[in-house]
Amino acid sequence: MPELAVTLRHLERRFGDFVAVNRISLDVRKGEIFGFLGPNGAGKSTTIRMLCGLLEPTSGQGTVAGYDILTEREEIKRGIGYMSQKFSLYDDLTVEENIDFFSGIYRVPPEKKAGRKAWVLDMAHLQEHRRTRTGLLPGGWKQRLSLGCALLHEPRVLFLDEPTSGVDPLSRRSFWDLIYQLAGEGVTVFVTTHYMEEAEYCDRLALIYRGELVALGTPSEMKGELMADQVLCVSCDRSHEALGVAAAVAGVRDAALFGRDIHLMTEDAAGLAPRLRQSLEAAGFQVDAVERITPSLEDVFVSLIEARDRAEGAQQEFRA
Amino acid sequence: MLERLYRMLVKEFIQVLRNPRMRAVLFVMPVAQIIIIGYAVNTDVRHVAMAVYDLDRTPATRDLVARFEGSGCFDVVRRITSEPEVQEVLDSGEAKAVLRLNRGFSEALSGGGSAQAQFLLDGSDSNTASVALTYAARISADFNRSLMEQRFARTAGVHLDAEPVVLVSRAWFNANLDSRNYFVPGVLAMLVAVLTIILSSMSIVREREVGTMEQIMVTPIGRVEFILGKTIPFAVIGFVDVAVIALITVFWFRVPMLGFPPILFLGTGLYLLSTLGVGLFISTVSSTQQQAMMTAFFFMLPAFMLSGFVYPIANMPKVVQVLTYLNPLRYYLVIIRGVFLKGLGLQILWPQMLALALLGSGMLLLAAGRFRKTMG
Repeated sequence: MPELAVTLRHLERRFGDFVAVNRISLDVRKGEIFGFLGPNGAGKSTTIRMLCGLLEPTSGQGTVAGYDILTEREEIKRGIGYMSQKFSLYDDLTVEENIDFFSGIYRVPPEKKAGRKAWVLDMAHLQEHRRTRTGLLPGGWKQRLSLGCALLHEPRVLFLDEPTSGVDPLSRRSFWDLIYQLAGEGVTVFVTTHYMEEAEYCDRLALIYRGELVALGTPSEMKGELMADQVLCVSCDRSHEALGVAAAVAGVRDAALFGRDIHLMTEDAAGLAPRLRQSLEAAGFQVDAVERITPSLEDVFVSLIEARDRAEGAQQEFRA
Repeated sequence: MLERLYRMLVKEFIQVLRNPRMRAVLFVMPVAQIIIIGYAVNTDVRHVAMAVYDLDRTPATRDLVARFEGSGCFDVVRRITSEPEVQEVLDSGEAKAVLRLNRGFSEALSGGGSAQAQFLLDGSDSNTASVALTYAARISADFNRSLMEQRFARTAGVHLDAEPVVLVSRAWFNANLDSRNYFVPGVLAMLVAVLTIILSSMSIVREREVGTMEQIMVTPIGRVEFILGKTIPFAVIGFVDVAVIALITVFWFRVPMLGFPPILFLGTGLYLLSTLGVGLFISTVSSTQQQAMMTAFFFMLPAFMLSGFVYPIANMPKVVQVLTYLNPLRYYLVIIRGVFLKGLGLQILWPQMLALALLGSGMLLLAAGRFRKTMG
């Protein structure tokens, strides 16, 4: 197993005229939890499907676990686990039958079969429900079983395509505990998500937007150096009405509500703060606090994506 | 290879047999259908409802009407007494035929002349009408012959055989020309096609619909393993159904089984290659189970119409006749009827067997080839 579990070089996929994935290059190190973030339709699933051999790239190269995604798909399939957002076990089979099925399909060696099955049943806390029809299990349980079946053959790289969508927060938490445990054992985890709190759990993140790689780094890198804007948090009354006033102040690039607070993106937080307080108070709002805060990942992504949209907009105007 | 195939088969059988609705579709429906169709599908024309409008009311007319009634082909359901009633019984469908005998019928005959009888038929059901007409012609010919014999005996005093040439006919393979013997084995071909095409295509498309297909495709399972895993269970079920239906056909409907049953099973095996090939092909062009079902019907309706099951192939336009050579049902029907009614063996049925083998393997290969492209 090489040090790099996944490599992408100018990977591209088009559907007709539509460019779903636009020449993405990146590396994922062995044992890393790599998060692939982006809004719906950004090209996350398309990329993961190309890596798993479900979809052929239009151009570009890539390797998974040291095998070429264009020529060595069968080797890749033997060495990876895959779990998608759509629950994809057989509902009409029992828990045990599903495990036996995938165990056979992956050709888990006979001497290991019983052990792996016990491991999955333990991991998914389904020992007592082994003869229950899978379709009758609650969503979070199915998810764990699904993950267990994807891990039966002890893959070195695990692909998770929005694994926790539609799962309650508690189950999501325990799901991630499991992911950490796997990564600790040296399994590389490549996970797509659009939950920002999940992104925080990842070792490294790639932000993908409209098929393009917008940013790449650890969560703290993203919040620090990659974030061009500074964030001001304003607490005031009637924040909903105040939002419009705040957004109109010169130097504010963007304003959004975060709970009862207003978050403002700006290049110069220190300069803006006093002017902002003035403007709001002049408009009759009761301002409690204006302070610079560390941006959340959500702030980072909103800012990066909007910067990208502005750049494209400017380009289009220039062309016109 | 074998372990994966074994696991596919176990899974497939569990899925098929665990679902009560599926069990009913596979084993109860064919039995119910063969029994219902066995009784209902009958093109024999007997007991045609007939009305009589006898204006003469003489022994001669009563003799003629009695011959109609006595033939077993006609039932006199009404005696008409006025002209408008003729229209009425045919309009309402109360009678399919009206025999009208005018005043002076008897007089004309006894004078040595010729009398006319009118036979009105409801032609909207052309098949029944033409068969009824044949019966009526035969009855009137018999009536004429006995009249002629009487006349010769009376005038010349000799007994004369009115019919110099007598055609003695015998129908081989189906002595009583029972349409049941012809149709019931044919229904078998139809039921097996419906079951295997619809179920195999839907079972594959369902996996695509619920997302399990994607999960399967990221495992190292091969295309051949997957396809075999998806077709073998339905082939087995097809064989079981053929056996059950054949037993009902022979022991319930008393259709003779003159041939060697294993030949029927060999033909069934080759026929299943085609139907499963079609099922697999349909699964590659459908993305939902509903689509698969519609496509299956789109295929099956012409397959039945152009198989020789109901309409003779020889009556079809030449172009259509050529098309029927691509229809697996056509060959299977010849095999079924050959084995059941004629007791034929391979020395006669081999061309049909060969045609099914070629069509079936061609269909399967084509579908399997397409299947690879739709995996992604």
